[in-house]
Amino acid sequence: MALAGEYRSFLHRSCVKAADASHHLKILKAIASYDTAVEAMKKSQFESWERARQVAASVKRDAVSRLPELLEQFEAKAVENGVEVVWAADAAEARAAVLDIARANGVRQAVKSKSMTTEEIELNEALESIGVKIWETDLGELIVQLAHERPYHIVTPAMHKSRAEIGELFHRTLGTPLTDNAEELTQAARVHLREAFCSAELGITGANFLIASLGAVVLTENEGNARLTTACPRIHVAVAGIEKILPRLEDLELFLPLLATSGTGQQLTCYNTIIRGPKRSGEPDGPEKMYVILLDNGRSSIYAEEKLRVSLTCIRCGACLNACPVYRLIGGHAYNTAYPGPIGSVITPHLRGFPGWQHMSSASSLCGACSEVCPVKIDLHRLLLENRWHAHRQRTSSIIWRLGFWAWAAVYPHRKCLQMLQPFFRLGSRLAGLAAPRDLRGRIPQVAGRSFSELWQDYERKRTNS
Amino acid sequence: MEQIFFLFQVLHLLRLPKSGKQHLSTGALLDEKQVTLFIPCLVDQLYPEIGVALCNVLSAIGWSVNYTPEHTCCGQPAFNAGHRPEAKQAAAAFVAAFPGSGEIVTVSGSCTAMVRVYYEELFQEDARLPEVSRFVGRLAEFSEFIHRHDLYHKIQGVQRGRVGFHNSCHSFRELHIEREPLRILRCLDGFELIESANKQICCGFGGVFYLKYSTISSAMGGSRLQYFLDAGADTVVANDPGCIMQMRQEAASRKLNIRIYHLVEFLAQAMGLGCELNLSKRSAG
Ligand code: SF4
Repeated sequence: MALAGEYRSFLHRSCVKAADASHHLKILKAIASYDTAVEAMKKSQFESWERARQVAASVKRDAVSRLPELLEQFEAKAVENGVEVVWAADAAEARAAVLDIARANGVRQAVKSKSMTTEEIELNEALESIGVKIWETDLGELIVQLAHERPYHIVTPAMHKSRAEIGELFHRTLGTPLTDNAEELTQAARVHLREAFCSAELGITGANFLIASLGAVVLTENEGNARLTTACPRIHVAVAGIEKILPRLEDLELFLPLLATSGTGQQLTCYNTIIRGPKRSGEPDGPEKMYVILLDNGRSSIYAEEKLRVSLTCIRCGACLNACPVYRLIGGHAYNTAYPGPIGSVITPHLRGFPGWQHMSSASSLCGACSEVCPVKIDLHRLLLENRWHAHRQRTSSIIWRLGFWAWAAVYPHRKCLQMLQPFFRLGSRLAGLAAPRDLRGRIPQVAGRSFSELWQDYERKRTNS
Repeated sequence: MEQIFFLFQVLHLLRLPKSGKQHLSTGALLDEKQVTLFIPCLVDQLYPEIGVALCNVLSAIGWSVNYTPEHTCCGQPAFNAGHRPEAKQAAAAFVAAFPGSGEIVTVSGSCTAMVRVYYEELFQEDARLPEVSRFVGRLAEFSEFIHRHDLYHKIQGVQRGRVGFHNSCHSFRELHIEREPLRILRCLDGFELIESANKQICCGFGGVFYLKYSTISSAMGGSRLQYFLDAGADTVVANDPGCIMQMRQEAASRKLNIRIYHLVEFLAQAMGLGCELNLSKRSAG
């Protein structure tokens, strides 16, 4: 029962976190400062945020609707630029491709900049299994790597760690003097990473965007580590989900500020890099070889589902995570998968299979806060509903709920039946209230002494009698 | 399954003669405006007092109310759980329970959203679609109804307490109801409306989510209530029976000192309309 296991452990982890008040406070604090920055930036940077979203949504929707064509265009251009393009149908193929590149080039050390796609395919573990030492170079990613954790958030991976905790972690793992001073901690990481950049033979990145017209990979970041990752090592491998495509370079004019605003409340991130290929003759730095791995891993099955296709327009800004009251409460680790929160709950069952992961689609109150903030206007809460319907249609939903709703539909919509069963419901709710485990006791709804329709009948009777 | 469904439909038809007179509007006077009630199942089963308050308020502001007890549930619980065929069964029975063409009013933003946003999608490529579409256009949430007919001036009364307003997520995001309920509240005197408490935060109810992820749901309810308490509220006025159920239960199990009312209950109290169904009271205005 490995499948139910994922659901059970999600329940367990989420319950533990839901009860953890200090975790909740830490996250709320981080998100509150994010919210303030984002709100201000939306106003100062865009004449109309709503209009910007509309344009972005239509550009991305158009791009996704032409996905096969744009990907081919991207490939042709990239190859022209001297890039080797690898198509990976699933995570195993993508991992194998990177491992082959590493083996063929005698790689012993690799550096990696922040990339959720490489988390998705669990690349670090694979590289380590063939003896390649891999360093995360994004500060947040480095923190979670040193702590042997997974990223907590798709944009801010170490959001759940306080400065004091990071100081303690660095002290323990890097031997830096104990401090909670942000500057000293960053400096410690920098010294540590400088060495890694210089000795690594392989630099791995994701891609924030793929520009079809240019065959270019676009990276946005704040620390300069992605630049070093793509400049120092001999080989650069970019692992990108096929949905990352944008048709034209000009689209960045909107998408870079849009992503920076929604992602971190910045006007633009500090470094924005457009990479068109390996080092050309006469250029002082850059990799000798460059590869782009185009990862499908379930995306084309999302593409095939008309209603779900729009989820491929996601630019991974993380805004929906921050807005989600469930994510805020249970945090990123409870989901145990690369993409948590609303967008993760929409795509993960498709990427990893409904039987094991459909519980994510149910773990939402459907409040719609995610859809409200999404910069490309994905109706996330409606897609969660689509997933639930999908689970029911495919018969992967639980038999208990299926039977329950079947019985419900036979009885409940019909007043006559409801009326007949009213005394049993009443008694049942009382008994369930008494028998329920303590933490649930207060949450068993109690059927009223007289239902409204009975009160109405009483009233009618009284009126006709008097 | 179809057979059982059919059986229930037959039973359903058999009861009609007896209940026929309940279709009559109560207290109708000539020249009076009439509206039909949709009493959401949570109100019918758990909080009939909210339904009573709705009737009394509507009647006090000069509307006569019709009630057709045949309707029970709009199908939202099944729909939100992904069980669309069952939701459609419920929806079909629901629509059939509202013959005629008059306006229908209800006290739940999420039920209204279910009908308005999802019903037509549910009946795509179904012969009943035109009938369903007509029905969809008839339904209004309470504050929409007040706004549409500009009935604010008829609402007068005195309340007390430091009050925060909880707008349900579906009322806010699917129906875009934002100012109407606050405007209604401001028609009353004597209480303090704490604006800072009105932030759009989910109470964590979410239908089946309430059951499937009870712990998360409960914690969300707790933090929503804490937000009200921190803002200094001692009373919460909400506009959805789901939110009310969640918040009442959380307030009780956490022993929080906060009262939770539906908007119509709060109005009925302020207008001195009592807790008993009473359709004879008329406002002077
Ligand atoms: S779904 Fe929208 S809000 Fe969420 S990460 Fe993607 S683009 Fe951002």
